[in-house]
Amino acid sequence: MSEGLFRISPGFEEVMPAEYKELVADGPCGREVGVSDLGAFKELIEEHPLCAGCSAALALRLILASLPKPEDTVIVGSTGCSSLAFTQVAVHNIHSLFGNQNAVAAGLKRALRLRFPDKVKDVVVIAGDGATVDIGLDMVMQSWFRREHITTIMLDNEVYANTGGQESGMSLRGMVLHMAPLGKRFPKVALPEIAREAGCAYVAAISPAQPKRLGRVVRRAILVAREVGPTYVQIFCPCPTNFKFRPDESLQKIKQRQKEGAFQVREYVSPEAQAFLAELEGADHEE
Amino acid sequence: MTASEYRVLPGPEGYLPPAAACMGVTLPEPGEALVEGKIVPEEDALQRIAEKLLAARNPVFFPGPLVLWAWREGVAEKAKAVLELVEAAGARVIPMPDYRPKYPMINPAVEINPNHPNLTIWHNRIDVGVFVGVHCHYANVALKIIRGGTDCYTIALCGEMGHEDAMITLRSVDTAKLRRLTEAVKALAQAGLPRAAGEHGRR
Repeated sequence: MSEGLFRISPGFEEVMPAEYKELVADGPCGREVGVSDLGAFKELIEEHPLCAGCSAALALRLILASLPKPEDTVIVGSTGCSSLAFTQVAVHNIHSLFGNQNAVAAGLKRALRLRFPDKVKDVVVIAGDGATVDIGLDMVMQSWFRREHITTIMLDNEVYANTGGQESGMSLRGMVLHMAPLGKRFPKVALPEIAREAGCAYVAAISPAQPKRLGRVVRRAILVAREVGPTYVQIFCPCPTNFKFRPDESLQKIKQRQKEGAFQVREYVSPEAQAFLAELEGADHEE
Repeated sequence: MTASEYRVLPGPEGYLPPAAACMGVTLPEPGEALVEGKIVPEEDALQRIAEKLLAARNPVFFPGPLVLWAWREGVAEKAKAVLELVEAAGARVIPMPDYRPKYPMINPAVEINPNHPNLTIWHNRIDVGVFVGVHCHYANVALKIIRGGTDCYTIALCGEMGHEDAMITLRSVDTAKLRRLTEAVKALAQAGLPRAAGEHGRR
């Protein structure tokens, strides 16, 4: 999908399903919209089969509303809860084999650069904690070491949620899960810090409890990946189904963890990315 | 010419019908077409398509993204030619705007999806379905599913090399070839081919 491509052939408007006509007329493509504009434009995802109160679903909605150029974005996903929602997302997306997402994304980004040398194409990985920190860690780290120009977003629900509740590298030490009845014996992996040391130009840990900041973080990560180097965003999205809290308590749980110090919002910006963002955001303010 | 004895006929052929290519059906060369797995001259296939469209109770065109979206120069003209053909055949249009599986469910009354095209065919009781402007890899999947689970007669108007899994396929279909097909349909209609009573009525 590209802004120029996103036109219905004359004569077919009548038979197009309503959602496509709405996407053309009121969608985010070719427009400057963001999280603050939610409700005022046709979103790229409006239905999904994820659980009630799933904070990863909310995070996905906010991410999609924050893409700087959705018409020129390709999302690479992996096995996990989020992959169930991608069948409804109106952005080009690829489902890769479990854990391969960053290798696929890196190859795709290079291919797009060759195929469309005059266009900016954003490649964004969106995967769960299992795909990112456990099964795909090799591919994730190697893409950072190679300074691939891609954004990696982890939806961190701290558990293998749709396979019954196994512990992941992102589960907290001591966490008791359906398939980890003795409690996890190791601490949560500090992936933001690892990402910083592995060469990511921009790293952030955030949650959907701060939607505007999440939007800004995602936008920054994608823009830095275009110009400077790899970026990583970790979004804390606790799972009501596995951790047995009510669907309407998701955001409350995030805030509670933040208050306890067990989840910290943070950003690491390399000097090069800092200079780039200062120039970019300064120019935005001037406009 | 193909030596295959396998015939690509309306199903339901079963849960996993073989790909016609695996059964020895080969794609047509320029100037040729495939009718039920046999290579024939293109003119013969044009006539057979016209007959099938006019004899159908409920013929439906399934335009894909390559004609539904005006994504490059010339597409609008091709889309116009498709609509002229639709009108000449007295058919309906159910679009395939993209290939998202859209689980858990699409709305089969208003769209068709390559991952479960049988739902749309069953829901609308379609007896002849025409694919046009669908990317080949998705057309192949959808045509096999349709042959596996429905009795719909499939026709593929392909811009590339054609589709073995359709009952009739034309290859290298451009705007000019679409208009030739429209003329063939009009000529046959004027000659008075007896028409089936349509479920949804003719336009």
